[in-house]
Amino acid sequence: MLRPIRVLVAKPGLDGHDRGAKVIARALRDAGMEVIYTGLRQTPEMIVNAALQEDVQVIGLSILSGAHNAIVPRVLELLREKEMDDVKLVIGGIVPDEDAEELKRQGVAAVFQPGASLDSIVQFIRSAVPV
Amino acid sequence: MKTAERAFTTISGVPIEACYGPEQLQDLDPARDLGEPGEFPYTRGIHRDMYRGRLWTMRQFSGFATPEETNRRYRYLLDQGQTGLSVAFDLPTLMGYDPDHALSEGEVGKCGVSICSLEDMETLFRGIPLGDVTVSMTINSPASVLWAMYLAVAEQQGVDWAKLSGTIQNDILKEYIAQKEYIFPPRPSMRLVTDTIEFGARHTPRFNPISISGYHIREAGSTAVQELAFTLRDGIEYVDWALERGLAIDEFAPRLSFFFNAHSDFFEEIAKYRAARKIWAYVMRDRYGAQSERSLKLRFHAQTAGCSLTWQQPYNNVVRTALQALSAVLGGAQSLHTNSLDEAYALPGEHAVTIALRTQQVLAYESGIAGTPDPLGGSYFLEKLTLDTERAANEYIRKIDQMGGMIAAIEAGFPQQEIAAASYRYQRELETGERVQVGVNRFQSDDQPIELLQIDETAARQQCAKLAALRKRRDAGRAARTLDALKRAAEGSGNTMPFILDAVRAYATIGEICDALRSVFGAYQENTHL
Repeated sequence: MLRPIRVLVAKPGLDGHDRGAKVIARALRDAGMEVIYTGLRQTPEMIVNAALQEDVQVIGLSILSGAHNAIVPRVLELLREKEMDDVKLVIGGIVPDEDAEELKRQGVAAVFQPGASLDSIVQFIRSAVPV
Repeated sequence: MKTAERAFTTISGVPIEACYGPEQLQDLDPARDLGEPGEFPYTRGIHRDMYRGRLWTMRQFSGFATPEETNRRYRYLLDQGQTGLSVAFDLPTLMGYDPDHALSEGEVGKCGVSICSLEDMETLFRGIPLGDVTVSMTINSPASVLWAMYLAVAEQQGVDWAKLSGTIQNDILKEYIAQKEYIFPPRPSMRLVTDTIEFGARHTPRFNPISISGYHIREAGSTAVQELAFTLRDGIEYVDWALERGLAIDEFAPRLSFFFNAHSDFFEEIAKYRAARKIWAYVMRDRYGAQSERSLKLRFHAQTAGCSLTWQQPYNNVVRTALQALSAVLGGAQSLHTNSLDEAYALPGEHAVTIALRTQQVLAYESGIAGTPDPLGGSYFLEKLTLDTERAANEYIRKIDQMGGMIAAIEAGFPQQEIAAASYRYQRELETGERVQVGVNRFQSDDQPIELLQIDETAARQQCAKLAALRKRRDAGRAARTLDALKRAAEGSGNTMPFILDAVRAYATIGEICDALRSVFGAYQENTHL
C-alpha cells in the first residue's frame, strides 16, 4: 500500500479564527491523508520545525488576518535554510489576488481564497505530491 | 430542480414541514409562551411600543490602522447619521501585546485599530463627547484594561462615569469556545470579568460591563440552537460568579447585555431571538429569583453574518445583509451592525460602509416594519420554530449543567467539538450542492472588481514610533510602581479594576499591564479538538 500523504495544517499569527483550518484538516483526513494540526499562534519557526519533525510533504497555512505578507516569506526562507525545498507550501484564507500572485512567485505552491471547494484543495495536494 | 428532490430544512438542519397550522401549536399557551410585547416572558419584545418609542441603535463596528485614522472614520459615521460607535481593535491589542512586540509583526492595525496606551485612547475619541455618544468596544481578554483607558478619557473630558453609556464585550467564555482570543486561563479570566461586573455595579450604572456573545460561536460554524444555548449558558456562568462574589442578582443583572448573529435563514433567526428572550426571562425569574423587571429583559445587539458573505460576486452581499438585518429587526434587536459588501476581502471601505448604514436606514424609515412590535407574532410557522428552538436550547443548557457548568464543558472540549462537527457538516453540504450559495456553488459568473481598503505597514511604524516617544516622556517610576501594585492585587483576591485604572493613568501600556497579569495568572493553551 502507498504511504499516505502527510500534511501539517498550521495557524500562524495572533488570529484565533480556526474554523477553516479545522474543516480543512478534517477534509484532508477524510480524503485519506495523515493530518497534523498545530493549533493556534504558531510562529514560522515553530511551523517549520514541526514540519521537519513530522516529516510532512505539505504545509497548509490558514491566514485570515492580513498578516500573510509578513508570515509567508519567513516560512519560505526557513524551508530553504533547512533544505526542505521539496515540502509544498499551500495557503488558505483571505489573500488578495495581487498578494497571491506575489507569494506564488516566491515559491508558494497554491493559494486558496474564500469559496474554494474542499475537493479542489484535495485534488491539488494529490497532484502536487509525487507518489 | 423539482421540489420533490429538495430537503427542506433550516440552515441549522431543522426539518421544515410542508404547511403549518393550528395543529402544530397545540402545546402553545399564549400566557406562558408569549405574553404581550413588553411583558413577561418578553417573547414578543422587551418594550410595549418597541421601535415606535425608539428605533434600534445603528452601530457599525469599525476600526483600522492608527487611532488618528479611526477617529476620522468615527466622525464621518456620526456625520452620516450613525447613532452609536463600536470599536474594532487589532489583534495585538486583543491579545495584550504592544505594537513593538515580536508577535505583533504584520498584525498592527490590520484587523482593527491599534490602541496600546491611554494616549492612543485619547486620540481615538478626540472631539467625540463621551457623555453624548454610546460606545461599544469589542475587547475580551484585556477588556478591563481598555475599559480603564476609556474611563480615564471620560475623566479627562469631565464626563461623570455615572452618565457614561456603552458596552464592553468582555465575554471570555466564548473566546475559549469559539473565537480563541484568550490570554489567561479560564478561572483568573472569570475573576477579571467579575471584577468589571462588580466595579460597574458600583460606579457605572448605565454601562454594560459585558456583552454575552453568540455571534462568534455562530461564525465558528455552530447551528442557531448551539449559538443560543451556549450563549445563554455562558450568561448563567457569569451570573453564578457574580453571585459568588456577593452581589445581589438585581444589582447587576439589568446591565448584562447580549450579542447575537443575524444569519441567512430568515425565520430561524427570528425564532432564535424570540426564544432567547423567553428562556432568559424564565432563567432569571425561576433559577435566580430576580425581582427587578430590568433583570428579566434580555437586551441584544445583532450583527449580520460575516461568514455568509461571499468573495464571489460581492455586490450580492448587500442583499444578504439586508435580509439578515430585517430578521434582526423583526426579532426585536436593540442595536444592529450591518456588514459591508467588501468584508469577505478586507475591512470595509468608506463607500461600502455607507451602503451598509443606508441599508439600516431604509429598513427603519422606508419599510414600515418599525410601526408595530413583533409583527410576525402569531405566525404558525414562526411560533412553532420558536417553541422548538427553545426546547432544543434548553436541552443543551441542561446537559452543560450536568457537566458541572460551562468551564467544565469547555475543558472537556464539548462546545468546541459540537461546533466543529456542525461547521464541517455545513461545508460538506456546500460541497455537494445540497446547500446553495449563490455565485459560489451555483449561478457563477465573472466578478466585478471592487475597491478595497488597503492597510500597509505605515500604521505599524507610526504606532511603534509613538510608543517609543511615550516610554521616554512618561514618568517611568510611576508606571513601574502602579504595575507592581497591580501584580500584588492580582495575587490577592480584591478587585483589580482600581489598580488597572492607576496603571492606565500612569500611561503603562497594554503589553506591560497584561505582562504583569500574565506573570501572576499564567497564559492559557488549549487542547485542540479536531
